[in-house]
Amino acid sequence: MSAAAATLPSPATPLRDPAARGRIGALAVAVVVLWPLLSLAEFKPWRLLDAGSVQVMANFLAGFLPPSTAPDFLALLAKATLETLAIATAGIALAFVVAVPLAVVATRSLAVSRIGPGPGRAAGAAVRTAARGVMTLLRAIPEIVWALVFVRALGLGPGAGVLALAVTYGGMLGKVYTEILESGDTRSARALLEAGSPRIAALFYALVPSTAQELASYTVYRWECAVRASVVMGFVGAGGLGQLMDQSMKMLNGGEASTILLTFLALVLVADALSAVIRRVLA
Amino acid sequence: MTALAQDIRLVAASLVHPNGHRALRDVSLALAAGERVAVIGPSGAGKTTLVRVLATSLRPTGGSVAVAGIDPWQLGAAALRRLRATIGVVHQSPPIPPRLRVVTAVLAGRLGTWPTWRSLASLLAPRDAAAARAALERLDLGERVFDRCDRLSGGQLQRVGIARVLCQRANVILADEPVSALDPALADLSVAALVAESESRGATLLASLHAVDLALKWFPRLVGMKDGEIVFDRPTAAVTSAMLHELYATEGRVLPQQGVDVVDASVRPANVVVLKRPGCQ
Repeated sequence: MSAAAATLPSPATPLRDPAARGRIGALAVAVVVLWPLLSLAEFKPWRLLDAGSVQVMANFLAGFLPPSTAPDFLALLAKATLETLAIATAGIALAFVVAVPLAVVATRSLAVSRIGPGPGRAAGAAVRTAARGVMTLLRAIPEIVWALVFVRALGLGPGAGVLALAVTYGGMLGKVYTEILESGDTRSARALLEAGSPRIAALFYALVPSTAQELASYTVYRWECAVRASVVMGFVGAGGLGQLMDQSMKMLNGGEASTILLTFLALVLVADALSAVIRRVLA
Repeated sequence: MTALAQDIRLVAASLVHPNGHRALRDVSLALAAGERVAVIGPSGAGKTTLVRVLATSLRPTGGSVAVAGIDPWQLGAAALRRLRATIGVVHQSPPIPPRLRVVTAVLAGRLGTWPTWRSLASLLAPRDAAAARAALERLDLGERVFDRCDRLSGGQLQRVGIARVLCQRANVILADEPVSALDPALADLSVAALVAESESRGATLLASLHAVDLALKWFPRLVGMKDGEIVFDRPTAAVTSAMLHELYATEGRVLPQQGVDVVDASVRPANVVVLKRPGCQ
């Protein structure tokens, strides 16, 4: 190689990518950090293929077949499905109400005081940090914990699930809305703010039009997550499909459990279709 | 509505960007209310930075800026917002989301004066679509008022940006390379619209232009910038060919220009040799 390099007439120093060393370093660090994490998490996928494991899993799954189609169970299932949809939808609607003001306050690209910087810069930064702190607090505590708290206050039933979702998902939606509004092209909002526009007007004339698809698709995805989360909360008595699932599992009725799982699959498919339709409308 | 004309003054203004680049060095410039000035100079001369400092978008790191006799950086948040609403900026690349409709993009010029509820209501049913179309018609774009901005060409979008400022009815219009994406005839038409707006309403107009011929044709005063400094600042009639060639360091080669016969001999000083190139730049 050195011989080949020597025959090259010019240039004396080869063209070297200044970013290459950093990238290779980052890759090495990622491997060094991830490997201990995987062993800490006892990540041993090959054990799945042990003859014994396969047999155990197969027996467990066989208990789920065939899915139950008993009419009285299906009636219960329909009611629980509606209840789950109601919990997820009401929870997301409330979470939206919590998230939007927090996101508007926390979004840096809507901060007038950062232009220049101008008057009220320190106060603005403090308020943004506080809003981020509130969102962190809301989502740091898992919804199942909130549900356990609210079940004690409101008693068993969907109400606790709705509130738990509103709190946790409010924090999540707010954080991701903030990040979506800050990525993308923020020059349009900045130009409006520089022309004296109030921040709400700048939000709707600049940031929302350029991020509407992402905002909508993330909101629908969170609704889908809320449907799934309501199962877990159902186990602690917050109603819906989760509670039904809990009962079926306790009675070792695999057929009913698999019908419930198929219902979940259908709901996720519905969420997917809904997201696709909204994205097409907003395209 | 008549404009309340505003003068602007920079005194020894400097601007050092956070990365250490000095974009403006001790620039002093005074624009009387209703005055029209073109800023010319090579790329990287500091024209955009000058516009942004005058627009109260960037705070000078040295020296001072005054709009209508007031230092904007001494104002409270509400007063500064009201002042900014009176300053209209045409950006070189229009900061308009592609999904916005043209009518909305143009009416966005009014956001500084509208209460928020009216701005939001205007998203449902445009509040003053007639004004938006009138502004667009002055730029030969009236028929696109209800199109989406992502269906426009770069030159059409740039004119939407100009229409927004016309719709804003600003007291001070600052245009940063407002016609860089336009063909020669439309560039001439658009600069003429900005000048007419300034004339009819007494608005102060400062435009940075890449095309020397447009600057010579439309502006009574020329400011030449290079390396963040003002090289010359004088009536257009007193600008010589040698000064222009020195500004661009062209040494007798062509000066940057829009490229068609927009230079009126009666306006052009006799000692300026404007070379023509075929086609547009």
